[in-house]
Parts: sequence; C-alpha cells; structure tokens
Amino acid sequence: MCAAASCSAAKAWRLPSVSNRRQFDVLVVGGGPSGIAAACCAAEASLRVAIADDNPDLGGQIWRGEHIFPGTEEAAHWYRRLRELSVEHLPGARIFAQAGARTLIAETDSGVCEVGFEKLILATGARERFLPFPGWTLPNVMGAGGLQALAKSGLDVRAGKVVVAGTGPLLLAVASHLKQYGAEILLVAEQAPRHRLLPFALRLPPSKLKDALSLRRDLAGVPYLTSCWPVAADGENKLERVTLRRGARTWSLPCDYLACGFHLVPNTELAALLGCVLDDGKVRVDDFQQTTIPAVYCAGEPTGIGGLELSLVEGQIAGFAAAARFDSARRLFAKRNKLGRFAARLERAFALRPELKHLPQPETLVCRCEDVSLLRLREHLSWRAAKLLTRCGMGPCQGRICGPALEFILGWQPESVRPPVFPVRVESLMTAAASAMPETSSPNPVSRS
Amino acid sequence: MPESVQLKINGVPVRVPLGSTVAAAVLLAGHSAFRRSVSGEGRGPLCCMGICFECRLTIDGQQHVRSCQLLCREGMEITLGE
Repeated sequence: MCAAASCSAAKAWRLPSVSNRRQFDVLVVGGGPSGIAAACCAAEASLRVAIADDNPDLGGQIWRGEHIFPGTEEAAHWYRRLRELSVEHLPGARIFAQAGARTLIAETDSGVCEVGFEKLILATGARERFLPFPGWTLPNVMGAGGLQALAKSGLDVRAGKVVVAGTGPLLLAVASHLKQYGAEILLVAEQAPRHRLLPFALRLPPSKLKDALSLRRDLAGVPYLTSCWPVAADGENKLERVTLRRGARTWSLPCDYLACGFHLVPNTELAALLGCVLDDGKVRVDDFQQTTIPAVYCAGEPTGIGGLELSLVEGQIAGFAAAARFDSARRLFAKRNKLGRFAARLERAFALRPELKHLPQPETLVCRCEDVSLLRLREHLSWRAAKLLTRCGMGPCQGRICGPALEFILGWQPESVRPPVFPVRVESLMTAAASAMPETSSPNPVSRS
Repeated sequence: MPESVQLKINGVPVRVPLGSTVAAAVLLAGHSAFRRSVSGEGRGPLCCMGICFECRLTIDGQQHVRSCQLLCREGMEITLGE
C-alpha cells in the first residue's frame, strides 16, 4: 500500500503540518542546463545552493538520462562541475505555491516541503507547442521531444516507423537521435518555407552550422520536406497513418509514431505566480537576469527560446549575480547578447505559418483534458468565457497544452496564473494553506494576489 | 545478467531495463492507451516531460501519477484505465 494513499485516508479532515522545511541561500528551480550552470556559479561562492526539479534526474529535457553517461563533452563538463560542488538536489519536487516572499512550497513523493531562500533562480525551461489537428489525440501521436524522451527513458523504438513533423531545429535532432536508436524515419516534415530557412542557415555560426550539417549527414536518405505539415492522423485504437500536405499535394504514410511539435513555449507559470512581469510570453529580465521582482532571477528558455548555449550563459550570469559576483557576470554579457541575436533569427525563421490556424476541424478536440472541441470554443469570445462554460484549460494540465494553441489559433491571451500552479494532492494544498497562514487553522486558499 | 526490474501491469508481470520510466514500460508491454479521456477516448503519452498529464496512471494504489516522470521500481503495480 502506498504511503500517500494510506495517509490520505488516515488524515482526512485533519490539517497536516509541513513535514519538512529547508533553507538555502540560493534556490534554483529547474535542473536543466541553465539551472545546473546557475547552481554551479552560485555554489562556487560557498553559498548553500539547492536545485529543485520535477524530473527524476537532473539534466532537463535536453540532457535527459545523461547524468551517468553524458552524450556531449559540454554536458560532461557541467555534470562534473556540479558534482565537485556541494549543491543539494531535490528530485521530483513540484513547486506549486508561495508561502511568503522568500518561501516556496513543493510537493514531493515523500510529502510537502517548504523551501526558504535568499535568492531564487527560475530555470523552468520550455515545453513543446502542440497544435490540434484531426487525430492528434490518438495514442502514439506524441511530441517530437516527447518521443525522444521516451526513447531515452527505455522505450525500444527499433523497427518502429516514425514521421517527425512540426517546426524548429529540434525536429532534425530528434530524427537523428531516433534513427541512432534504431527507428526508421520515414520523413521529416518542416512547416517553415525554404526561403526563410536558407538565409537562417547561411548565417549560422560555424559551430552550429557544423552541428546542422552533421545532423543532416546522420539522416542521409531521410526526406526533409519544407512547407510540409501533418493535416490528419488516423487509426483504430492508435495511430496507423498520418496524412501530410505540401502545396497542392496531400498523401498518407502508414507509421507507428508521429513525433510532432511546433517549436517551444517558455514555462513561465511560476514566474507569473510570483508576480514577475512578462513581455509577450517571456519573463522580463535585466542585464543580470534579475526579473522585475528583486532577488528573483530567471535564466534560459523562460526569457525567450534561445537554445542550449544561450541557456548555459544566462544560467551562469544568474548564478554569478545571485552570489553577488557581478564582475564575473558582466564578463558574459557580450556572449549572451550575441547568442540572443541568434535566438531572434531562430524565432523568425521558424515562425508558424497562418495556414496552420486552420488545421483543427470544428469537431477537433483542442482541450485534451476536458475534451472540448474547437466548435464549442468558437462560441465564446475569450478564454475566460470559454473556461467558465466549457472547462477548457481547467483540467490537470491547466491550459499548458491548449493555451499556446488557442493563442495561435484564436488569438486568445492566457489567463492570469493562480496557485496551485501545478495539480497537487488535497493534503498538499491543506498543508500549504496551513503554512501560509500560521495564525489560523482554516484551510483557506493560498492566494496572495 | 542485465540490470532490470520487474513490475506488474494490470496484474501481468513485465521485466524492463533498469532506469526505464513507467511510461516506457507500459508501451514496451504493448499498451498504447494509458487511460480514457472524459469522453471515453483512449489516450497515451504526449509531452513525456510531466506537463500534459495524458500518461497518468494508477501506481501502487495512488491515482493520477504521471508515468513519464517516474522510474520503474521492483514490484510496482500499475493499473491502466480510469
């Protein structure tokens, strides 16, 4: 019998207490490259540093599963550096609420934990953007990074036929990786047109151009079609074939997996909960990566999708700044700004084409948690109205999947963020309420807006 | 002997490589639908990074656990469908 389940029965209606309180000089939320870099730079100043991360292991998505056998020299370097320092790792920690200006509350498998800090670094990464199209809810239609993560986590993709589709530099990396794992890649379908990708490729810095060419070599024999995207997925109980469109041509490909993602969306929910100002979906930061909330820094993808190198540099700047090592931080400004210009070109090259707004049919489900179709959503003028009447965005993902899709398809702006920013057990909510309001015993909401 | 763990999926013993996530183990065992959606559709993993909750399962009696974020442990009991 699981501890949490038996605990919920035994403790019904009794206010649980916070099982654990930890205090750190610097708390880093997110253990991807940016968070690891930030933690290292702060810990080198002999501060007490912790990384709280939702995943079972450090590395984020890009270095997932590489903590024991790093896939690149760069990953090996950062893991080594991290191991040499005393940085505490809080694995499986889901931050879901705030309990005062310098305290966050996390749910872990062993209970609720209050984490106090002097400086906070948000390195919460990004997620894939998904666009709804007929059949996208079928099993085995997954994110591009999603299928890659599964392959890294034990899924045997040998003999699997895979179509990789969507947009962004991730598609080539995923295709190459899956091929190395033994999958048969039938096609890489990139929605961006060749005339936008070519100038982008020609201006790539030498190191990135080398990477791109080597990926293309790995994929020798695999068609890479630009201006091409999936319009439907079909199958009885799981994916059996995907229908693609390119210009006037539409055709079907039988396959086992569709790995489909439309570039990335910054994870800004925690920043928004803390009250950090966002510009166009990105966390606003100053030169030292400090957000509009003093002592709260942000690094990596939440400040704008820029890729691994930019995330590492921003992480280092945030770590140095949080440790008051301002000169060290300043030395990285030029590099960060140069990589930032690359990020802006990336965004333009892989911008979504307007035709994709018409991918979902009226009956296509947009909200997968509550099964709400586009037809039902179109009756409403805003997300707020749709939410109240259809429950769109109110399921467990809390709009993280349908929100970015609706922003693109209907131009709906995301709603304000309220705690809990992550679905948690009722006991965790009650614990959070108790710790936020120590004078009362009433389990009121934790909101401090 | 290769390092592996054994778990049960709907009562059926399955052996998977050590370090596999529960989501990978369920797919390896031949299941592609992990749960039923509110309108009864079969659903499987989508994001595989803990965001979408499509891969949630009952694990050792605890409901709504995201199988993509959990590593397999010896003796785990997984129940598919809601």
